[in-house]
Amino acid sequence: MRLKVDNEVCQGHNRCKVLAPELVDVDDEGYAVIKGDGTVPEELRGKAQLAVDNCPEFALSLEED
Amino acid sequence: MTTDHAQEHAGARRGEPLLAADGVEMAEGIYKMYPSSHGIPVADWATDFDHADPEYNKHAHEIWDDLRERCPVAHSERYGGTWLPTRHEDVRKIAYDTENFTSRQVIVVNGRADPEMSPVGQAPPITSDPPYHQHARKLLLSQFRPNKIDPLEGEIRAICRQRLDDLGEIVPGETVIDAATQYAQHIPPAVISRMLGFPPGDDDKFRYFIHHVIENIDGSPEEKLAVGLEFNAYLDAQIEDHKQNPRDDLTSYLLEAEIGGQKLPHETVRGAMLLLLIAGIDTTWSAIGASLWHLAQNPADVERLRNDPDVMIFALEEFLRAYAPVTMARLVAKDVEIGGCPMKEEDFVLLPFPAANRDPEFIENADKFIIDRRVNRHSAFGLGIHRCLGSNLARLELRVAIEEFVNRFPDFSLPKEGDQTTWSLGQIRGPRSLPLLIR
Ligand code: SF4
Repeated sequence: MRLKVDNEVCQGHNRCKVLAPELVDVDDEGYAVIKGDGTVPEELRGKAQLAVDNCPEFALSLEED
Repeated sequence: MTTDHAQEHAGARRGEPLLAADGVEMAEGIYKMYPSSHGIPVADWATDFDHADPEYNKHAHEIWDDLRERCPVAHSERYGGTWLPTRHEDVRKIAYDTENFTSRQVIVVNGRADPEMSPVGQAPPITSDPPYHQHARKLLLSQFRPNKIDPLEGEIRAICRQRLDDLGEIVPGETVIDAATQYAQHIPPAVISRMLGFPPGDDDKFRYFIHHVIENIDGSPEEKLAVGLEFNAYLDAQIEDHKQNPRDDLTSYLLEAEIGGQKLPHETVRGAMLLLLIAGIDTTWSAIGASLWHLAQNPADVERLRNDPDVMIFALEEFLRAYAPVTMARLVAKDVEIGGCPMKEEDFVLLPFPAANRDPEFIENADKFIIDRRVNRHSAFGLGIHRCLGSNLARLELRVAIEEFVNRFPDFSLPKEGDQTTWSLGQIRGPRSLPLLIR
């Protein structure tokens, strides 16, 4: 599974960074960036889903490989 | 809304505006004034609402729930024509539509901001429109990202503790404190004025000024002009001081910042400073107060916060969802229909994000406070390009203020006489006086 962010839609709420700090970072301008290639290890699936479920802009998604 | 309703709204008559061009005195940047309807009781919230009526914020949740059921986009002739959508879907749609709606004016008053002010507006980027908006926003957003804000935690905690110490001797079961005026209202001004590099001890000035901008909706044009000029003079003095003595703070940052290779004009720097003060103070103070108001009536939630501090990551967002303080506004840029309602150019539209947060079609158990709610796409900070840029700071202040309060006072409630809270007037909703009994 991969976590993806739509940078056109992200407004920098930073909810994702708080809920899944292992997977998401914030760039110099304050917007979300996915760490690495976005692959979500098994043990972080819960956190990834939480980040997706709490993004007010619907900017995050989880995709099957 | 039913067709009848739509016709009723469409047929609304409104008083003729006065024009600055005819020599009428108006606040800076205002070119047109509609007659005041101050003090006229609200006949029906669906057709005659007034967000400045003292009953509105006090009963906001019931009013929104009622409107969502019977007239999801309410209308009022007041303020020269104003709309109030209450469903998440409509609020969201308007927040994203920067073509039909302009941010030239975001506070609903009788006057209309001069179209000449676009696309920058009086307090960029909140009053700016695309494409300029994006540049001003990026400039400021970068200053509020987590790695700039997180280091402030210790200082915010110290401010909270000092305020709690200053309450003096507490006799459990007897002492009543005002958690709004003795606690919540002091935290955000202290933080933002430090970030801007203003002299300490000017907090009363900020609160006085913000009260005029946000709550004194019906103030006379002369009064508005005078207060506006007075505050501009205050900000000009700060800018001058920073030009002489540049330092590591937000004011110096704005003076050095560039858009398109150009330093910002004086008015833009001052407008952005104005925004940071106004947006960061009333809103956060309101959120802290409303959260404590909730906790005073829900001891189980206090227990949970004390015994399971990890729940805060979810609780914080639930406070923000259920007691979101901020309603923004837009002006209609071009005639447009939303939810079957004919919105006319220069009508105001209120965007009650707190009402959207309580829409049962958008969120499960919308009327319940669930301290560990796992799915929470609330829009307390707004949606789309104008979404609050200080949310990391607001969250930090709200979290620390609640943590320190419940750590100091494990048991508190509304006073024995019952709820004595007074609520704010206008678009920012929160307690302005909040007597709590310490037990
Ligand atoms: S929560 Fe959504 S909008 Fe906010 S930073 Fe993350 S992806 Fe962007």
